[in-house]
Amino acid sequence: MELEEIRVAVLRIEGTNCEDETVKAFRSLGVYAEAVHLKQFYSDMIKDEEQRSLFDFHCIVFPGGFSAGDYVRAGAIFSARVKSVLKRDLEEFIREGYPVLGICNGFQVLAELGALPGFDEDKPLADKPEMALGINESNRFECRPTFLRHENDGKCVFTKKIEKGKIVMFPVAHAEGRVIFPRGREEDYLERLKENDQIVFRYVDERGNYAGYPWNPNGSIYNIAGICNVKGNVFGLMPHPERVFWRYQHPNWLENPESPGDGRAVFESVIEYLRKF
Amino acid sequence: MIADVYIELKEGVVDPEGEATKKALRLLGFRKVKNVSTRKVFRIEIDAKSKEEAEKEIKEMCEKLLANPVIQNYRIVWIE
Repeated sequence: MELEEIRVAVLRIEGTNCEDETVKAFRSLGVYAEAVHLKQFYSDMIKDEEQRSLFDFHCIVFPGGFSAGDYVRAGAIFSARVKSVLKRDLEEFIREGYPVLGICNGFQVLAELGALPGFDEDKPLADKPEMALGINESNRFECRPTFLRHENDGKCVFTKKIEKGKIVMFPVAHAEGRVIFPRGREEDYLERLKENDQIVFRYVDERGNYAGYPWNPNGSIYNIAGICNVKGNVFGLMPHPERVFWRYQHPNWLENPESPGDGRAVFESVIEYLRKF
Repeated sequence: MIADVYIELKEGVVDPEGEATKKALRLLGFRKVKNVSTRKVFRIEIDAKSKEEAEKEIKEMCEKLLANPVIQNYRIVWIE
């Protein structure tokens, strides 16, 4: 696929609030990107020129924010609405290998959709959620830089351009980001994730060691910050790569002012994947 | 018909809101407080032919939206 052909949709409903910088991140790499309201996919109240189909796009992003006010649970209402109107399309989209990204609230939506951990390639959306993003152990809204170690061996299409073991800084901003697997099956889940190369980012301290709070901002099991599905094309993470797209967004940017921000490689990776698609 | 649907954390799932509340209560001098846990209640008014039918529907609501089975249980209490 040529660069100019690539089309990215950043989904929004009431309460999403990171769609603009996410769209901007993609656009500044030369692809077409737009924020699309969920209603544009199904409502007959929408003008013809604004109606969209999921298959008008090659990449779907669930952005950060507080969709539907985080009512019920973070991401639950966005997920319920996607399920009611787009379930079949989204399953086909994922099965065909098109990439889907969920950042922060978007990760919560993917977890509620049953898209992550996504162990079953033939059934990309599980009937019921298989993980939860629970309230941070600190019971606080954690809003600050975090260090992440890239752990993926190459399955995740969103981090292919980041070498394994590299430590990056992406900021977090969430109150519900603690990865929880079903009780009593945690070890089993972790083994499967490791075996399938589905673990993408883990929280570390400034030296790169796995460490507890405050380095792990939410108390996530195994310091997990982001995982992908078994196919590698659905990726969810709590930290915000779009908030460190440019170097000047890093607190210590003057140390290396000409280099790209740490988050840029996430967007570059998926574009490279689509160019070979 | 009106039902209260209680969404509670499963046993063993950490309840940071409850823990923080307990700490604050202790600080206020309520030393006898042994434990605090939180739950969410949805009051649902529903038209149905029978309680059984309504209960079946509410269970489905819990499974589809109100509860995440990984961390939460639900309980229905009939108000009228």
